[in-house]
Amino acid sequence: MNVATTRPPAFAPNWPARIAWLLLLLYAVYAASLLEITWERFVVGLEQGARFIDRMLPPDTSASKLELLAKGLYESLEIAIIASALGIVLSLPIGLLAARNLMPGWITWPMRLCIALCRSFHQVIIAIVFVKAVGFGALAGILALTVASIGFVAKLFAEAIEEISLKQVEAVRSTGAPFMSVIIYGVLPQVLTRFVGFATYQVDSNLRNSTMVGIVGAGGIGGTMFAAFQRFDYDFLLTILLAIIAVIMVSEMLQNRIKRMFQ
Amino acid sequence: MTGAGQSGAANALEVRNLVKEYRRGTPVLRGISLRFPETGITAVIGPSGTGKSTLIRCINRLVEPTSGQVLFRGTDLTRLRGRALREQRRRIGMVFQEYNLVERLTVMENVLSGRLGYLSPWQAFLRRYPAEDIAMAWELLDTVGLTPFANQRADALSGGQRQRVGIARAVMQRPDILLADEPTSSLDPKTSVEIMELLSTISDSRKIPVIVNIHNVPLARRFAHHVIGMSGGHVVYEGDPSGLTDEHLKQIYGGEDWLGEH
Repeated sequence: MNVATTRPPAFAPNWPARIAWLLLLLYAVYAASLLEITWERFVVGLEQGARFIDRMLPPDTSASKLELLAKGLYESLEIAIIASALGIVLSLPIGLLAARNLMPGWITWPMRLCIALCRSFHQVIIAIVFVKAVGFGALAGILALTVASIGFVAKLFAEAIEEISLKQVEAVRSTGAPFMSVIIYGVLPQVLTRFVGFATYQVDSNLRNSTMVGIVGAGGIGGTMFAAFQRFDYDFLLTILLAIIAVIMVSEMLQNRIKRMFQ
Repeated sequence: MTGAGQSGAANALEVRNLVKEYRRGTPVLRGISLRFPETGITAVIGPSGTGKSTLIRCINRLVEPTSGQVLFRGTDLTRLRGRALREQRRRIGMVFQEYNLVERLTVMENVLSGRLGYLSPWQAFLRRYPAEDIAMAWELLDTVGLTPFANQRADALSGGQRQRVGIARAVMQRPDILLADEPTSSLDPKTSVEIMELLSTISDSRKIPVIVNIHNVPLARRFAHHVIGMSGGHVVYEGDPSGLTDEHLKQIYGGEDWLGEH
């Protein structure tokens, strides 16, 4: 028998995967037909889109609107920064107490439960809950984004701590250092850059979310934006959108600076 | 119960009937009893996995002994908890096989961390070390030849340099005894000798005993004043390095083919 014929093919076909892809494609077509998304519907949509864009241009830069924009945007920034500061400061102890390699189970599991609760719902849902609980305005937004920040930063921080080298911790422990000093010298230096990374990401995320919580009445530019939508003030809407983009870009630049500082 | 420890006061360190089981029924240390000399280097030799590391970690309780006593200047360390244990740990310096420096802290911060047992966490956080500690840290860095590296991060150093920082950190504790767990195993032969010489100098100049786990027999013979041979969780040799024969080594490490090299 020829040697070559006994060898398996170099790249074996993966039939289950091919069938899965085909099924996915078929379902997508079927689902589109159910939802009556046809070519005609798409063309109608395009026409409406063109009219929408036409009404957005040029952006509205009248003094009264700019004042409204500045007020809303400033409130959003305040919400984002206060919520980030609170969330990050609270995440430090919560994340530390939730790390299973440093803490006994009876401390970690309630902390992990707390983190899981913070992560359970989308910021908008938490914001609605807080609007109902403490009333309309920035306070509800701050509380909502603080909760969301804890859910994200504390969870990742705890996971980062669980991955540290215990040898460094052991060495600090062997000097007779008190527990908090072991944390400060043996644990924090190992996770500080990652913590700064999570924190700056969360600041960025809070900036974007702070422009949104206003839609449900939790303060900030979101409220102004929602009003512009409802009054068909699409030219003012464009001004708001451009301003938000500018804020996010500036924050991106600042984040990179901060991360380099802690490298 | 406190009286029980007093008889050990004559020796710097005494271990009585020490047993350690990581899993029930499979002891790593099977009842070790040893008196360590007051001065000089004591080498603990033996194959990997025979419990040398466990023995040394049971002394400062980085590992909890299952039973037995560790008498350090008359105090039974196995009974201590919390602050009392930390106060004894301050007097026991430790050097590690993989240096165990805090990689992201500077060389100076690593050396000064030897004083953490004497500072409050707040002072430690603000790096408020007493001036005499800082002066001592500079002196130690001079001794180990790392003064120019003081403000570099520990992860920028080579293995030999890191081990010197590790030793400086241990000496910074102004310890009454120094434990070294395989301090040369991750280093090249030349650096290994330099590290052993450094430990020897420290033992002489500070008049403290140094207990070194080491599996390199020629190094042990060259630097130790006292040798403890371990095998299978037991002590099988205790005495002068000169009294260590090939017969003993065969008993400690098993086999004999490897002995042909010297």
